[in-house]
Amino acid sequence: MSKVRVLVGTRKGAFVLASDGKREKWDVSGPHFGGWEIYHLKGSPADPNRLYASQSSGWSGQVMQRSNDAGNTWETVGNKFVYDGIPGTHQWYDGTAHPWEFKRVWHLEPSLTDPDTVYAGVEDAALFRSTDAGQNWEELSGLRGHGSGPRWQPGAGGMCLHTIILDPSDPNRMFIAISAAGAFRTDDAGKTWRPINQGLHSQYIPDPHAEVGHCVHRIAMHKSRPKVLFMQKHWDVMRTDDAGESWKEVSGNLPTDFGFVIDVHAHEPETIYVVPITSDSLHFPPDGKLRVYRSRSGGNEWEALTKGLPQSDCYVNVLRDAMAIDSLDKCGVYFGTTGGQVYASKDAGDNWAPIVRDLPAVLSVEVQTLS
Amino acid sequence: MIRVVLPAHLRTLAKVEGEVTLDVEGPATQRSVLDAIEARYPMLLGTLRDHVTQKRRPFVRFFACEEDLSHESPDAPLPDAVTKGKEPFLVVGANAGGKGRG
Repeated sequence: MSKVRVLVGTRKGAFVLASDGKREKWDVSGPHFGGWEIYHLKGSPADPNRLYASQSSGWSGQVMQRSNDAGNTWETVGNKFVYDGIPGTHQWYDGTAHPWEFKRVWHLEPSLTDPDTVYAGVEDAALFRSTDAGQNWEELSGLRGHGSGPRWQPGAGGMCLHTIILDPSDPNRMFIAISAAGAFRTDDAGKTWRPINQGLHSQYIPDPHAEVGHCVHRIAMHKSRPKVLFMQKHWDVMRTDDAGESWKEVSGNLPTDFGFVIDVHAHEPETIYVVPITSDSLHFPPDGKLRVYRSRSGGNEWEALTKGLPQSDCYVNVLRDAMAIDSLDKCGVYFGTTGGQVYASKDAGDNWAPIVRDLPAVLSVEVQTLS
Repeated sequence: MIRVVLPAHLRTLAKVEGEVTLDVEGPATQRSVLDAIEARYPMLLGTLRDHVTQKRRPFVRFFACEEDLSHESPDAPLPDAVTKGKEPFLVVGANAGGKGRG
């Protein structure tokens, strides 16, 4: 029988939530690395027992962890993230030049085919790769060095590379996103990169249509259509049908188009999910109602999903890496909140229930579907 | 023999309990003590000082004999009481740190 394993990174440790395919009863293990911030943990598609975790603290910096047994035991691996060459400068919040400084790993993306290869998106924004299961890390410096780097600037949460999408149909193609620089694509396995922000409009930068400077919060893809991407930008929900060559807005009837997460249904590539957040200054749901919005038309037309979610006095946030979707039929949708709840829907969003209610603030949620 | 007290999070990471005792070759300094700690507990590499610059991490402090040694030269001799094992070398997480994410 199928199983699912939900990997939750929180402000004070990691948790592993496991259930059978019914997704009714859950075993909760953790906290792993108690007291540490776990920005992200994710399993290898090629070996589900191989997990990678980013562990950090403001005192002790970055630590990397690897498990070979589905999170039962962990071992530290390499944490030496050194920018290639002279790091140079990017824009600081006040517009002045600021040296590139490594702070932490925001996102880990294991290879689709090799358990020992994993990508790391870091703050200050750069992309690193390990091909020896996390022992050593090498920057793919063609991204940071492609030319626009000195114009990148931090978003409110820092200048982080938070999204890495590997094209399942083309091992040389990869998409990444940076706050607040925008989206970028490589077609040669990371050697060279170019911005793919045509069509984005951001009123908080001097040129709203600039090549870079957009605060992209999250991008999602359905594996069957790797040229179609969906984006939750700082404001605006966007889509592209040509691998980022051009974007168009699909916010439609959302109550607000600010938010962090976006994801795609496992079996319906035109069905997408977002969690609207009031605004950039009010990081909680509109009207105190926690609502997931689902579009079955690839955007523009959205329906509120509320059954089982708090519809009064709810003022949590859902951060950019904190939504995931399993591949069972019907697919399960999961998201975590800064209030420590992890909500699950086992029917593609129609009904929701909390798996856990009182974890530390949730930073990331991933799910593994196991046969 | 030099006694070192690590903060709780790093004791967990290094899988040790209580004080750590080290033998340091040559003059005992912050640098030689940290070298010895990292050699025995490689999982602590990068958590006390930067991998490349070897500078103390901003929110890590070094205390001994009721003195803050954090701003001393890493090559300055440690107090006799530390080198003789009468007093521990304390690695302390400062009363600050941490940062949010969005």
